[in-house]
Amino acid sequence: MALATATMTPQGYLQAQSRWHPLEIVFWLATLLPFMLFPDYLSLASQIAITALFALSLDIILGYAGLVSLGHAAFFGIGAYTAGLISKFGWGEPLTGLVLAAAAAGLVGFAVSFIIARFRHFTLIMITLGLGLLAFEAANRAHWLTGGSDGLQGISMWPVFGLFKFDLYGYTAYTYSLIVLFIVFLGTRRLINSPFGLALRGIRENWVRMPAIGADSRAHIRKAFTIAAAIAGLAGAVLAQTTENVSLESISFQRSADVLVMLVLGGAGRLYGGLIGAVIFMVARDQFSGIAPQYWYFWIGVLLVTFVMILPNGILGG
Amino acid sequence: MLFPIFGVLFDGIAYGMLLFVLSVGLSVTLGLMNFVNLAHCAFAMLGGYVTVTLVNEFQWPFLATLPAAFIAAAIVSVALERVLYRRLYRSSDLDQVLLTIGLAFISVAAAAYVFGTTQQPVETPTILRGSVGVLGMDLSKYRLFLIGVALAVTMLLVAGLEYTRFGAQVRAAVDNQRMARGLGIDVDRTFASTFALGCGLAGLGGALAIEIVGLDPNFAFTYLVYVLIIVSVGGLGSIAGSLIAAILIGVSDVAGKYYAPELGAFLIYLVMVVVLMWRPLGLFGRR
Repeated sequence: MALATATMTPQGYLQAQSRWHPLEIVFWLATLLPFMLFPDYLSLASQIAITALFALSLDIILGYAGLVSLGHAAFFGIGAYTAGLISKFGWGEPLTGLVLAAAAAGLVGFAVSFIIARFRHFTLIMITLGLGLLAFEAANRAHWLTGGSDGLQGISMWPVFGLFKFDLYGYTAYTYSLIVLFIVFLGTRRLINSPFGLALRGIRENWVRMPAIGADSRAHIRKAFTIAAAIAGLAGAVLAQTTENVSLESISFQRSADVLVMLVLGGAGRLYGGLIGAVIFMVARDQFSGIAPQYWYFWIGVLLVTFVMILPNGILGG
Repeated sequence: MLFPIFGVLFDGIAYGMLLFVLSVGLSVTLGLMNFVNLAHCAFAMLGGYVTVTLVNEFQWPFLATLPAAFIAAAIVSVALERVLYRRLYRSSDLDQVLLTIGLAFISVAAAAYVFGTTQQPVETPTILRGSVGVLGMDLSKYRLFLIGVALAVTMLLVAGLEYTRFGAQVRAAVDNQRMARGLGIDVDRTFASTFALGCGLAGLGGALAIEIVGLDPNFAFTYLVYVLIIVSVGGLGSIAGSLIAAILIGVSDVAGKYYAPELGAFLIYLVMVVVLMWRPLGLFGRR
């Protein structure tokens, strides 16, 4: 195996990496199962797809570039509020809403990336945490715009392509979220298996040495962070559009922590890590929703400790 | 007009002193041992609940429970250090963050299970109640007591780390573990003691905090943010830095709440982000 990789050309290596595995096809076919098997749970399925999209965006910066962020929900929230506000002020067309929300989150992400790229380790954790909390406070205080702790009300979406209305059963919502997730996943997969993706992994392994082989670490981090922010914004926008509501929770520290937990449980640095983590986390939370939230976090805590001690690379290993 | 300014300043300093006792332990463990311990305030919460239980269930006097809070937090932290933390001293930040955030989640749930989610009251001795008049101002006795405790802790810590044999061993173990081992220093034991000291101080801080900010299971997360801000602004491992940062944050928080309540916590987060961008190692960070 090691020999085969050693004799392969770089192009050959990347092509081999990007070949579709049969299990991947099985996975994506399985995402269609809820339509047939659990038609009552389509809203949950839609939430899972959105969360998976969010986890995928964190995977780009955390799993591949190795940057720990405790404030990623800021971009999710920016996307959600942008999409919600556009609709509230009279433009309910979903697809343009998505594009604008992703652009808003991406723009903020691009501005922030100049800060992010300068720091590592504990300072970076603290700066992302601080920026995340600032975003939360801003949303909380701008009551006139965001509705503060009451949430953003009065969103009403037009049907997708003028044909598919967002129904009560979540049929359209799940289809819509799944399609967005799949398209973004294809893009991310392409990105990760490109030389750029390889450079990100190089940065994760050795940040100082990458510039020596001609890859400017900071420029790569800025690009990766902007892309991740835009995807997070997209996820937030899909949530705002499918639920026609944006709560303060969508920009909270809780959401940043949750997505980190599920990515790590699934396996950071693997394309399917965030997806599988999101499925397990959300289904488990739905099943245990009877118990009080503080006890739910007890089990999350136990899981985290066990994983760090026994399975440090998540369910998918690696 | 003069009174509110001094009143706010006094309250802010007292609050800062409380935050200092809560956070200095983390500054020591994080700065000296490079371990990102997000469960630090869980140890503080433990100290708080020890005090509440001893005062309310066993009728101990408040002051006698303070050493108990220190010792309980220190003992639990050593147990956890031996079993869990020590395996991750060389791991990535992410693993340390995940382990300790997991422990913090567990502590919140455990506290809610045992004590319920309500605020816990505690009765302070009569000698610390009320206020004394100084230069025409009424200063709360409890806040004066807080300031006294914090100053004593600072002096003991500085003296302990700078002038004692134990302090020299800690600094040697941090600077060069292999060399320290070669000189016959028991590095594992030194780290365990340092960790116990840091968490014990958090326990003490938690016990002292009940009177000022109250105690409920969310303490482990609410004050974690403050503590992290102070440690990162002050500079890792710098005791004087933590003290100054704690006063800075304490005064800006109280002043912000008094003069610009609509800003909320915006001000301190902003202070932190700006300080870190200007000086990534904190105001007094050396490494």
